[in-house]
Amino acid sequence: MTEQKITAAPENKDAIVSLLFQLADDDFLYSFRGSEWLGLAPHIEEDVASSSISQDSMGHAAMYYQLLEELGLGNADALAHLRPANKRKNCTLVERPNGEGCYMEVPKYDWAYAVVRNYFYTVAKKIKIESLKNCSYDPLAQVAVKVNIELYYHLLHWKTWFVQLLSSTEEAKQRMQGAIDQVMKDFGDVFSLGTDGENIVGLGLIEDENVLLQRWIDQMQTVFESINLSIPDIPSAPALNGRNFEHTEDLDSAIATLSEVYRLDTAAAW
Amino acid sequence: MQMVLNSLEKTVLEVLEEVHDPEINTVSIIDLGMVEEVSVHGGVVDIKILPTFLGCPALELIKENIKKAVQSIEEVQEVKVEFINHPPWTSDRISEKGRKGLKAFGIAPPPRLMDSDGSWHVDCPFCGSTYVTMDNIFGPTACRSILYCKNCKNPFEAMKPISTLM
Ligand SMILES: [Zn+2]
Repeated sequence: MTEQKITAAPENKDAIVSLLFQLADDDFLYSFRGSEWLGLAPHIEEDVASSSISQDSMGHAAMYYQLLEELGLGNADALAHLRPANKRKNCTLVERPNGEGCYMEVPKYDWAYAVVRNYFYTVAKKIKIESLKNCSYDPLAQVAVKVNIELYYHLLHWKTWFVQLLSSTEEAKQRMQGAIDQVMKDFGDVFSLGTDGENIVGLGLIEDENVLLQRWIDQMQTVFESINLSIPDIPSAPALNGRNFEHTEDLDSAIATLSEVYRLDTAAAW
Repeated sequence: MQMVLNSLEKTVLEVLEEVHDPEINTVSIIDLGMVEEVSVHGGVVDIKILPTFLGCPALELIKENIKKAVQSIEEVQEVKVEFINHPPWTSDRISEKGRKGLKAFGIAPPPRLMDSDGSWHVDCPFCGSTYVTMDNIFGPTACRSILYCKNCKNPFEAMKPISTLM
């Protein structure tokens, strides 16, 4: 990684913008899926905890959208709410629904899936943020320092759930194993930097995706060994790569829902 | 905060002592260490604020309260409030007065030290007992945790320790 700092000059801007959209869209969808759990978590303390995590993560997304606004990409709120699925760069994992049904009617959400998705995603986010603390683009490096501090508590939270449920009853273990398989199917593009990857890494914005992925595997290896399990395989090539605008229909319905209120009056002050 | 202050800058800082956290009315944004810079050019006041947590919904409210308070100073023509991320806000920025203010509100001030395994300890803000348990590391706001005192049998909140070493 280069030690040199870069500005958002025209020759650097595309790569900076691409990476910022990946980070922003990831945290935005992640916190939206988290917020759908409100009132449905296994107990009241968990409801407080996971909505606090969703709120923090929404704050992280807002910071990235703010940096995009400062680069002239448009209003941060509009970037978050009004872009269609084929303009989004989030990974497949965060757009998946929480389970069958809808929180407005009869939600059959899967807590095991939530724990595994949130834990695996948060470990990946932590690894990226550590790398971004040395980002050659200073405004992003500064945000990374701030996000990193808050992430500490998120990681602790999801790791506790993950280890405890996998050390619990047979049924819990089985359901967690099922959730792990499901999450891993969508894990192929989590570390991908998409078609702009070479440029992003070349400018010293973040380290190479394979280096980051290997760090994730090394860290998870220790956790899996501590509960006598072997680490699952990660698909080498993703079925869909969200970084290149490839998405499932789940993203369309998520955007329709999350932007419903915003679309009513885009000029309203909240 | 280290700066040479002119008299209007001093007045602004005095006024900011009266701008409280919207959710904890016993501590000011100065006590919390959120004010990073105050500079005055003519009648224009520039204030740089460090947000405690990025997703904190009180930020816009704090911004408005700062503007209102500073605009009440006669010599001030314009107030600009900006949130900055560098340096990051950390809980060791809370002053001694701020720690007392938190306690007066029934919130344990953030511990100054964490153990090497990341665990931390606070005393009950009501009876001072060390016999407390962590109920929920996430509390009613992003910066607070919920604990329980086994001595006086009161639930209480504590400010989370926030450090760049995390
Ligand atoms: Zn007590």
